[in-house]
Amino acid sequence: MSGFDIDRRKFLGAAAAAAGVALAPGVTLYGVGAAARSPDEPASAEVRWGMLIDVGKCASGCNACVTACAEENGLTGHGRQATDAQWIRKVSVKDPGTGAQKNVPVMCQHCAEPPCVDVCPTGASFKRADGIVLVDKHICIGCRYCMIACPYKARSFIHEDLSDQKPYAPRGKGTVESCTFCVHRVDKGETPACVEACADKGGGAMLFGDLADPDSEISRRVATYASQQIRADLGLDPGVRYRNL
Amino acid sequence: MRAIALLLVLLAVPASSTAQESRVPGPEITRGKGDKCVADTAYMRRFHMDVLTHQRDEVVQRGVRVEKFSLRECVACHATRGDDGKPVSINAPGEFCASCHEYAAVTIDCFQCHATKPEQGKQARLPFPMTAAASPESAQ
Repeated sequence: MSGFDIDRRKFLGAAAAAAGVALAPGVTLYGVGAAARSPDEPASAEVRWGMLIDVGKCASGCNACVTACAEENGLTGHGRQATDAQWIRKVSVKDPGTGAQKNVPVMCQHCAEPPCVDVCPTGASFKRADGIVLVDKHICIGCRYCMIACPYKARSFIHEDLSDQKPYAPRGKGTVESCTFCVHRVDKGETPACVEACADKGGGAMLFGDLADPDSEISRRVATYASQQIRADLGLDPGVRYRNL
Repeated sequence: MRAIALLLVLLAVPASSTAQESRVPGPEITRGKGDKCVADTAYMRRFHMDVLTHQRDEVVQRGVRVEKFSLRECVACHATRGDDGKPVSINAPGEFCASCHEYAAVTIDCFQCHATKPEQGKQARLPFPMTAAASPESAQ
């Protein structure tokens, strides 16, 4: 974000606040475009977190995003692919007509209309105000209905007792989990671990940002270049978009 | 009148004896780091479960993270280190949570999901500065 943009935001914010004071007693207009969220404020509905993944830059042998996610969130495997926890995976797709092959990192798509939230019997699967879809494991009963409902197979169930979890990523037996967009990092103003790893070690294919902010990098790119959502026909409006899919 | 006076004297005697003379066994509570907790002991003893229950909804569902009652900071202050210098699981018998909960026979399941040891390799800290008086050691 260039310095000019931040100054412009602060000016608008100050102007709006000043204008608000003059509006009416008891009526305040809050400034637009605050900086990184202060920790005592709740997640804001004015933000929508999303991701843009350029599949063309995703190399076939690279698994930087998957490794970084497992490292960041303390995901442990047991060598059983069918039941091990998986928050992000790379899917290899091949066009049967031409033979062209692509590798697509797929994680929870953080839909605007999440089917996992619709089917959850307890309300544990929920969409936070800023668009991040999470499982509240205090409430989750482990019924796994969300795993059935998710078209992207994003959710995993934890079958065994766990120990040595990461302090900022609690996970436990008998609950369902999925990619959280590294919500503990996002709330601090950082980007998810997969995005950071892809920028450092991978092809720089992943971009994370605020889709509701027209000035953010991701919004500008999405407005400029064609991008798609996986299974857009389902009408879920995922927050993860793909280029060159 | 004499009976009442005698009764009063007898009642006064046990009241004047101090708590250390109590014959009721109490829990042995391991102290945390620093000079005091984020709230006074009586409050924490009575309300820590309510605080945790309310606090978790605020954090998970609303994303409000600055609270002095963060479970991570509780673990960071109250976890001890073993003889080899490595942190001991706070859920282990004899450690802070178990010392009261075994006495009271109340099973807690917090640590089925939550980490029992403070963040490895990093100083125990909240992502944002604690609003209450932080213990000096945890701020190192």
